[in-house]
Amino acid sequence: MNSIRVFFIGGYLAYRGLFNWIHWSIYVPTMLGGPLFQILFFAYIGRYAKLRSDEFFVVGNAVQISAMGGIFGMAMTIGGERWTQTLSSILATPANRFALFLGRALPNIANGILVSAFGFLVGWLLLDFSLTPSEIPAIALIVVVSSFACTSFGMMIGAVGLRTRDVFFLANLVIFIFLLFCGVNVPVDSLPGWAQAIGRVLPLTHGIDAARQIAAGASLGHVSGLVQTEAAIGVLYTAFAYALFRFFESSSRRAAALETM
Amino acid sequence: MRRALRLFYTGWFFNVKQLTLSGFFILSTAVLPVFYATIAYYMFRTGGRPGSLLYVSLGAGMMGIWSSTLFGSGGLIQWQRWQGTLEYAIGVPTPLILVVLPMTIATASVGLYSVTTTLLWGWLFFDVPFHLAHPVWFAVALPAAVVTLGLMGLVLASTFVLARNANSFSNLLEYPVWLVTGLLVGISLLPGWTRPISWVLAPTWGIRGIREAALGGGPGIAIAVCAGLGAVYLVIGIFTLRYFERLARERATLALR
Repeated sequence: MNSIRVFFIGGYLAYRGLFNWIHWSIYVPTMLGGPLFQILFFAYIGRYAKLRSDEFFVVGNAVQISAMGGIFGMAMTIGGERWTQTLSSILATPANRFALFLGRALPNIANGILVSAFGFLVGWLLLDFSLTPSEIPAIALIVVVSSFACTSFGMMIGAVGLRTRDVFFLANLVIFIFLLFCGVNVPVDSLPGWAQAIGRVLPLTHGIDAARQIAAGASLGHVSGLVQTEAAIGVLYTAFAYALFRFFESSSRRAAALETM
Repeated sequence: MRRALRLFYTGWFFNVKQLTLSGFFILSTAVLPVFYATIAYYMFRTGGRPGSLLYVSLGAGMMGIWSSTLFGSGGLIQWQRWQGTLEYAIGVPTPLILVVLPMTIATASVGLYSVTTTLLWGWLFFDVPFHLAHPVWFAVALPAAVVTLGLMGLVLASTFVLARNANSFSNLLEYPVWLVTGLLVGISLLPGWTRPISWVLAPTWGIRGIREAALGGGPGIAIAVCAGLGAVYLVIGIFTLRYFERLARERATLALR
């Protein structure tokens, strides 16, 4: 029961306290305005380069922007404990570490879904893109799974933030690695083989592929393999992130380096 | 005059060094433009308009200059506050403009890293030939663009400081300026109402001058417009900086975050 409380209430409070962009005056320009112009920017390059239709860019970028909340949010809500000097207090408690760690992911997954939905909405309003009502539930499911996978990756970044000095450097870099390798704006098959191989083990690649196929008329059953792979990638990164979190926790205790900047 | 020039050089050099040591600035000026350039190379190569990849390299380089100016100059006065140096900058007898201007020019100058890395990256991995149609014009157009963006940075520095969350403005303004100034997309493709916006933004003319010098054309007009726009930015910057200084003194909010 206590672990469930830590998972939900602890996660919620950590999000309220450590997600620095929660105030509307930062949230709106950063989490909604930035992604809006990202979609327009790449859609217009796509038009100029005569690469693909607007749909290709709206779907790719709308799914990709769910990563912003997951990556930056987890960097803030885990790595941020060091900056606020609250890490020792958190780790001194007997709270279930799994609940403590995963509880922080839930609000960020929800945020990723919201931002992604906004991306699809502006794509529909401003560009040549539409979805039929029957496609929306499948796309929504893919966004949930992709947001989970990205947040799992973000957990890993957050865990690294327990040790590294500048976690935002890493978080920024990861967002751009996703942009390049996950087929967001460039068809994956036009990338070199090694880049495709990297893309296959990252979140988003399978989710974006599945979402594009749904938007092109495929059924959810047809892309179920891709969705399952995306979910499996998320689970794997969660496990790896948790192991990393425990490792840094124990090694930081040994080295008395918990809050060393 | 000599003292002013010496102050300018010292301020500029110190800030270039300081920004060069910042991981965030190196990421946004040397690394991220390479990502954008790579994405754009693949988009243009795969698409039906391969065009000149040098066009893409130069555009991506200018994107880095804009990012550096936007984040560096937009948050400049706020950073001085955080570091506790703003009171000194204002307290010294030297006019504030002479202290701030070299810093904003420095933020734009650091953006030259992005031009260098994108050109080098394109040449090494995408066979982008670095053949300049008018090398002399190029040597004029590039610094002209940097200085004009630095002067635009002066306007950003003195206006963003009035907003409480200037950083979020910076996050918002990166993509739209890349888009409307035609750094990677032909302006003619954009809706007509964006045209006047692009005319008053330095990157529009900066990249036009650089591209015409590199790919062929007459860059003289673009460089002249850069110079004119720079003068306008300077006048606006002087007034807005004075306004900020007076407001901060009146309200006693100089050191308040």
